[in-house]
Amino acid sequence: MARTRYAPDRGLTVRMTVTMFLLGLVFVAFVALIIGIMIAAHASGAAIVLVALVFGGGSAIASLFYSDKIALAAAGARVVSPQEAPELHGIVDRLCALADMDKPRVAIAPTNMPNAFATGRNSKNSVLCVTQGLLDSRLNLTKEELEGVLAHELSHVAHKDVQVMTVASLLAIVAGLLVRFAFYSELFGGGRRNNNQNAFPIILAIMLVSVVVYAVSFLLIRVLSRYRELAADRSGALLTGQPSALASALVKVSNSMSRIPSQDLRAAEAMNAFYFAPAMKLTGGGKSLSTVFSTHPSLERRLAELEKIQKQLGQMTPQ
Amino acid sequence: MGFLDTLFGRTKPVPPKLDDLFALPSAAITLQAATGFEPTGSGSVCFRGVEGKTFSDIQDDVRELLNMDAGKPGGGLPVEVTKDSYGFTWLVSSRMSDELDALVTDLHAVNTSLVDNGFGPQLLCTLVAFRDAAERRLALVYLYKRGTFYPFAPLTGERRDNALELQIKGAIGDDLKFEQDLTKWFPVWGAPGL
Repeated sequence: MARTRYAPDRGLTVRMTVTMFLLGLVFVAFVALIIGIMIAAHASGAAIVLVALVFGGGSAIASLFYSDKIALAAAGARVVSPQEAPELHGIVDRLCALADMDKPRVAIAPTNMPNAFATGRNSKNSVLCVTQGLLDSRLNLTKEELEGVLAHELSHVAHKDVQVMTVASLLAIVAGLLVRFAFYSELFGGGRRNNNQNAFPIILAIMLVSVVVYAVSFLLIRVLSRYRELAADRSGALLTGQPSALASALVKVSNSMSRIPSQDLRAAEAMNAFYFAPAMKLTGGGKSLSTVFSTHPSLERRLAELEKIQKQLGQMTPQ
Repeated sequence: MGFLDTLFGRTKPVPPKLDDLFALPSAAITLQAATGFEPTGSGSVCFRGVEGKTFSDIQDDVRELLNMDAGKPGGGLPVEVTKDSYGFTWLVSSRMSDELDALVTDLHAVNTSLVDNGFGPQLLCTLVAFRDAAERRLALVYLYKRGTFYPFAPLTGERRDNALELQIKGAIGDDLKFEQDLTKWFPVWGAPGL
């Protein structure tokens, strides 16, 4: 096998594995606890768990299936042809040929905020969308920097991040539904078999467990999202061979982001997880807290990682 | 990409496929017989440069290697290096029109030296230029990542002659490993040496 300069980041893989394992663990523990509580209370839990899985799974599959349409509609974006945006298509063409992947549809959103996102349930149905602000001459993004941004987004498509994050949040959705069903079934169903003194602490226990589970899974999903951003940065930089171009694009986009009026930012908040750079910065609470809740790693962290890749690509002899 | 790679967000850079390039000289003979398109003797390798001195040193070495026999009998013109507006580097080798074998060897030398130094994933495509009696331009493009060929026939402006391209595919589709997925026939406007 030929030597390669493109070694995977083992540390990142390990951290991602631990995060996903914990997420799974939380879900399993949650289901076990709920079932345990129900058995203890002599309520029939199997049907409720099944209904929650069907409802939660159904809504997740629907949102996955229509993710491209939903995202495009939410951003007000329009798919553009190669004739309309030859330069954008030219860059995407080359990157896709370099990465040997299917070319996604290319869309432009009429937003002044410079950003980009990619979504879609599989490589055939994915859409890569950039905002008008990213192409704006005032942002002064060079072609190399734009290419870096697009390579980052294509890496999200290649890593199937929409699917992975949907599955990750599916656990939280099902957990939430389970709680609600359990609550109502205790209220209207199970409560009749037990006396009222018994039902109240059970509902309380379920609510307590659910709050803890929700908080933990929320944080874990955010951790996972940040790791996947770093992974996309890494793959994008390796694909173009220009980590510093991606780094300078990040700096430019992040800098201009802080100058944008808040109305645009609020409108964009719902799609934060898919964006190239976070549109919504958490204010207050100190730096450490905003780091924990953020969908994206800090700019400093991303720049530091890109610097590592730069060194790796520049070493004299490949590994 | 495998399931685990997806799960961990790892992209393995795609290694280039080099060997199918050598099928080109014999296919060119078929092409000439069937359509009248002749090689112009010019061919190029397109790759994405990597920032840093290591890569530019390798690039210089390749150029020196190819220029060694330039000017000597049987040797071609010095290799031209250009950077296109997308930031990709093109090494253009010009030979006599009947020296397609030597041209393909030149192109292969570029490939192997990039691959040997661990930069194989940076290779994008190779272009070999053809022309017919009516001065119509045609390029056979070799996609390194897929190991397939497709035709590219630019017209004036950013338009391409799709009818001619499909005709070429019909003529030599059996001689070369052709790209069956038409969405992968991406245009290379303003490619040097075309």
